[in-house]
Amino acid sequence: MVTTPVSPPKPLPPPSISRTEPQRDRTQPAIEVEHLVRKFDTFTAVDDVSFSVAPGEVFGFLGPNGAGKSTTIKMLCTLLKPTSGTARIDGHDVVRDPAGVRNAIGIIFQDYSLDDRITAVENLRFHCMIYHVPRGVRAERIAQVLAMVNLTDRANDRVRTFSGGMKRRLEIARGLLHHPSVLFLDEPTVGLDPQTRQNIWEHINELRREHGITVFMTTHYMDEAEYCDRIAIMDHARLIALDTPFQLKASLGGDRIRLRTEDNEAAVDILGSRYGLEALIEDGRIVFAVTRGDEFAPDLLRTFPIPVQSIEIAHPTLNDVFLQMTGREIRDEGADKHDKLRAQMQRRGKRGA
Amino acid sequence: MATSLSSGPSPALQTAAPGEPVRGAPVRLGPIDLGAIAMLCQRDLTRFWRERAQLYGSLARTVVWLFLLGTGLRGAVTMPGGVSYLSFIFPGMLAMAIIFTSLQSAISVIFDREFGFLKEIMVAPIPRTSVVLGKALAGGLIATVQGCIIFIFAPFVGVSLKPLNVLATIGVMLVLGIGLTGLGLTIAARMTSFEGFGTVNNFIVLPLYFLSGAQFPVQNVPDWMRVVIRVNPLYYGVEVMRGLLIGLWNRSGWIDFAVLAVFTVVTLSAATWSFTRQE
Repeated sequence: MVTTPVSPPKPLPPPSISRTEPQRDRTQPAIEVEHLVRKFDTFTAVDDVSFSVAPGEVFGFLGPNGAGKSTTIKMLCTLLKPTSGTARIDGHDVVRDPAGVRNAIGIIFQDYSLDDRITAVENLRFHCMIYHVPRGVRAERIAQVLAMVNLTDRANDRVRTFSGGMKRRLEIARGLLHHPSVLFLDEPTVGLDPQTRQNIWEHINELRREHGITVFMTTHYMDEAEYCDRIAIMDHARLIALDTPFQLKASLGGDRIRLRTEDNEAAVDILGSRYGLEALIEDGRIVFAVTRGDEFAPDLLRTFPIPVQSIEIAHPTLNDVFLQMTGREIRDEGADKHDKLRAQMQRRGKRGA
Repeated sequence: MATSLSSGPSPALQTAAPGEPVRGAPVRLGPIDLGAIAMLCQRDLTRFWRERAQLYGSLARTVVWLFLLGTGLRGAVTMPGGVSYLSFIFPGMLAMAIIFTSLQSAISVIFDREFGFLKEIMVAPIPRTSVVLGKALAGGLIATVQGCIIFIFAPFVGVSLKPLNVLATIGVMLVLGIGLTGLGLTIAARMTSFEGFGTVNNFIVLPLYFLSGAQFPVQNVPDWMRVVIRVNPLYYGVEVMRGLLIGLWNRSGWIDFAVLAVFTVVTLSAATWSFTRQE
């Protein structure tokens, strides 16, 4: 298992050369976090977190609800002051130079942050005004970002008539208007249909490929985490792992076997004593890792003393990594009471005048 | 969904470079960011103009208070100096439009917080002071527009409008509107629920209104109430507008106006403090 403190980022393979590669300092990390701590009264939401993200990297933040992902992102976006520790974005300190940080970042929040009573273009124009995009280039840039997310034909429609996916795309367009160096995405695809999620990912990859923009995102969709160059796993306020998806999965030591037997408890003991395997029981099935699952399984079935009801061999997923490191599966634990209330209010607001 | 995200680089991307740090310099005087103030004003005015329900509500309220309540109470209230009751409460109607509209503008911050748009503003590279100034100016302007509409009732209550006095009244309405929006923002910055909305109406708007001398003359009220009225900023707004519109002065209008100006500076400072503190 990988533990904190976290290794420095590996140099990335140079992004494919683009015609419009921006002139940016490529030696300085895009995000640099050192011993970041945030306490709420006695509760520690973020506990001594350190990591750094290289320019042009797509960096994923993974963890269950309440692990401290959102608190971390809020501190990086200057919405919350750290209790201690430092964080720098594009060289700007989040405490000493919040305006510099805000200029350098684009943010797509977990909840929509558009004004849905006004049109798409108006939302974008207002964003230009508070991000000081020069007046002369505003119209051109708005047209560009709208074309980028294929919303040109809806430019003058009010946002309240948009679907969830369209709103998300408009937010991504808005987040790029002021040419940020780092794009923060907090659960950008939550609640979206698979087709839209796929489209948004294609778009994020394109941004990185074409413009070398750094992407920092939180997610709890494991399949999405696979797209990231590196993943940090957070649990109970601490960073418990940081590596490439490939390395994280490799650290599990091979394939996962899921087994259902007539006596799981006894089977776990036998697996331990006879094969030296460390097995867990998860959802009524025994889970363990072996280097060659395809060769191990026939051998096991031939000689195992307890009748086996079902067997499944799978290559490791990030979910397995998470299970291994935390003893739990990552999953959507459902909206808490406050979230439900807020969702209700939003629906009510949309219905109302 | 009809459209999908582009597959492969779109033509637009060849000239656009989101990573390129081409950023404009803010037009800024200390904590006053003109771009931000313009944005907040434009947004609120756009929304106000598109959703005119608020406008009709204000007209309906005035009709009810001025003609139904006013006509009913006319016989029961004795007015000083032979002024008619309806013309006496006419400046009060302006004050009422200002206080209702300003507080409503301020409360919209709670909706913005709930629906997420406030975050877009709070992470933008703009000083909090400018957020407050923009929001307060928007609230003041909308309140003034609402107040101006009430002028159409002037002929029906026997108030003759003189252009210069109307202009001065508009100035008073703007300052009062900005100040009251500032007061509302100070409270709204700390509120996180819609439930607070009714509380603000019941515990702030109505007492301020009824203790402003808008609805009845304050000469004959008990001493304790007179003290409360004297510390109510809306009272000075009503007084100066009553002087300007129906010529009923209790003191120099400049004193009233000075009190309003101080009130506005205080509430704007308090609102800025309130917004900064929540981080």
